[in-house]
Amino acid sequence: MSEHESNEQKHERGNSRVITRLLASVMLMFAFGFALVPLYEKFCEITGFNGRTTNSAAQTNEGMNVDQTRVVTVEFHTRVSRGIPWEFQPEVRSIRIHPGEVKTVNFIIENRTDKAVVAQALPSVSPGEASLYLNKTECFCFEQQPLAAGERAVMPMQFYLDPDLPERIHRFTLSYMMYDLTEQVQATASLSE
Amino acid sequence: MSTTVTDTHGAHDAHDDHHDHKPTGIKRWLFTTNHKDIGSMYLWFSFAMFLVGGSMALMIRAELFQPGMQIIDPHFFNQMTTMHGVIMVFGAVMPAFVGLANWMIPMMIGAPDMALPRMNNWSFWILPFAFLIMLSSFFMPGGAPAFGWTFYAPLSTTYSTDSTALFVFSMHIMGMSSIMGAINVIVTIMNMRAPGMNYMKMPLFVWTWFITAFLLIAVMPVLAGVVTMVLTDKYFGTSFFDAAGGGDPVLFQHLFWFFGHPEVYIMILPSFGIVSAIIPAFARKPLFGYASMVYATAAIAGLSFLVWAHHMFTTGMPTFASLFFMYMTMLIAVPTGVKVFNWVSTMWRGSMTFETPMLFSLAFVILFTIGGFSGIMLAITPVDYQYHDTYFVVAHFHYVLVTGAVFSIMAAAYYWLPKWSGVMYDDFLSKLHFWCSLVSVNILFFPMHFVGLAGMPRRIPDYAMQFADINQIVSIGGFLFGFSQLIFLAVALKCAFKKGEPAPAKPWEGAEGLEWTVPSPAPYHTFDVPPKV
Repeated sequence: MSEHESNEQKHERGNSRVITRLLASVMLMFAFGFALVPLYEKFCEITGFNGRTTNSAAQTNEGMNVDQTRVVTVEFHTRVSRGIPWEFQPEVRSIRIHPGEVKTVNFIIENRTDKAVVAQALPSVSPGEASLYLNKTECFCFEQQPLAAGERAVMPMQFYLDPDLPERIHRFTLSYMMYDLTEQVQATASLSE
Repeated sequence: MSTTVTDTHGAHDAHDDHHDHKPTGIKRWLFTTNHKDIGSMYLWFSFAMFLVGGSMALMIRAELFQPGMQIIDPHFFNQMTTMHGVIMVFGAVMPAFVGLANWMIPMMIGAPDMALPRMNNWSFWILPFAFLIMLSSFFMPGGAPAFGWTFYAPLSTTYSTDSTALFVFSMHIMGMSSIMGAINVIVTIMNMRAPGMNYMKMPLFVWTWFITAFLLIAVMPVLAGVVTMVLTDKYFGTSFFDAAGGGDPVLFQHLFWFFGHPEVYIMILPSFGIVSAIIPAFARKPLFGYASMVYATAAIAGLSFLVWAHHMFTTGMPTFASLFFMYMTMLIAVPTGVKVFNWVSTMWRGSMTFETPMLFSLAFVILFTIGGFSGIMLAITPVDYQYHDTYFVVAHFHYVLVTGAVFSIMAAAYYWLPKWSGVMYDDFLSKLHFWCSLVSVNILFFPMHFVGLAGMPRRIPDYAMQFADINQIVSIGGFLFGFSQLIFLAVALKCAFKKGEPAPAKPWEGAEGLEWTVPSPAPYHTFDVPPKV
């Protein structure tokens, strides 16, 4: 009988060890789900997986040689987040550019509401790989755009392509989605007061 | 062996007299810690959910009987597709497997009960509440969730109604239930095996559930994380999936399918175990390639973590990533093929008879393989651009889930009903159920391949005129299949009320396993003294 009991106790101990390990795995996997968020961001930053471009200005390289033998077509695409009556267009639909050459494209935004708003553009490049070689020296997307009621603004974007751009990419799309940040900006403003 | 059987039999009869003081009435079911009671509750619950989810499918098919809008409005149609998916996956298929695990795993490994009986009670009883919360959202303003069972952001964040909160909470509860069930299965299998029952002697149903339980432990917490992110994105101003706030909606799909793909194997691996028990029994030959079955199951489980992005080819991935996920997906066909060949080899030159469990298992092998083939077609990245989000996908996953998972559950029910209830099921009704189901399920799902290839998108309540004929056929098949399941209800009720011939301890001549060494119906307590294996 005593042997039976000790067996049972051994069982209990074995059970609690397995349960502890399994519960720890559950916690670990829950944390892993959240850890995937920054991991994914980092992964995209390195590989250009999601086509996001960097949020800071690139420096032009003085001695950078322009590759006259190659021409890359860059198409521009603009969209305004759903249900917002703004007009947002590039001045040209596409340009042809040599890698290493610096060019400026203007984008025009018009606030067709009778309220002051704050807009923010978010860039996306397709195919995503090209985003690694797209260097913007100046872009309206680096900061928020305050717009008075009915205001029309011309926003420049200056960029060049890294001459290391892989040969197989000879055309890509740069897309901007314009979001309305008015509420968020007001909320943070009222918080800081 | 036979002496052991009669011994335990006799011991049990005496045992039950004084030891069997289970409470009666509702209290028995509320407070039970008995694996057989809990298994039965899981099975009845899942069958109830199967009928609820099925009636939603019939609503969908009624609307799609003709082009144009006839019966329900588009928003309600979306609620139907969403809730049909959620209920069938989390309410019908998964609890049915947990119910089978509860009933069969202790009896198959010679254990007196599950290792953690109180947690077992808890993991069942939170489930009805989860679905009560989920279904009550129909009565909210804006109705139930309408963003598809995959709840893609921003549909579930920016564009959803407040029922999202109920959806998230009930998902949390279901996740907890599944995790507790999985922990219980693992602890039971690791620590409660009868002496001599080493790992490579375990029946394949136990093996497949063992691996499934690890999959559950690995991915259910990720699902819990994703639904939490959806909740905070919607209500607490975070921007996990909101591009305007620096998040990424595509990240949602990565996270969801990191859970979602192992989840589809969670719903099929126990089926493999069931079929691997039934086919040898009715072919009267031992299972061909037992060890390769175990390794194939483990291989499928491992690969399931490396294929999630094949659900996302059209989100625009780099070529390298597309190719990686395409080849990984096709690789899964290898261990799955091993299984199919093993089942066929088991039948090869066997003395086969065609009782109802065998009929369902044979249908499983053939129809699941058809579903597997359409899966390989979908794995091919360039053609997936054509098939993506069409009825071809709907046809594919219903072949693997209905004629796969559900058929195997039906097979399991017929195979073990005599053991559970102590009476043989009504043979005529069961055969009627099988043939009606087999014919109607193919009328229902096979033509979906054609409308899918022709370009009919899924989850849309209206369609172009040229799809009208095939949709009518599909809808007729749908109603036939739905009502055929009422025959199964009749069979199950007859058994539950003990209407039928008394079943012997081992009703199937070729069946093997410890569960057949105890009398039918299985006594309330089995294997209090571990059997010798």
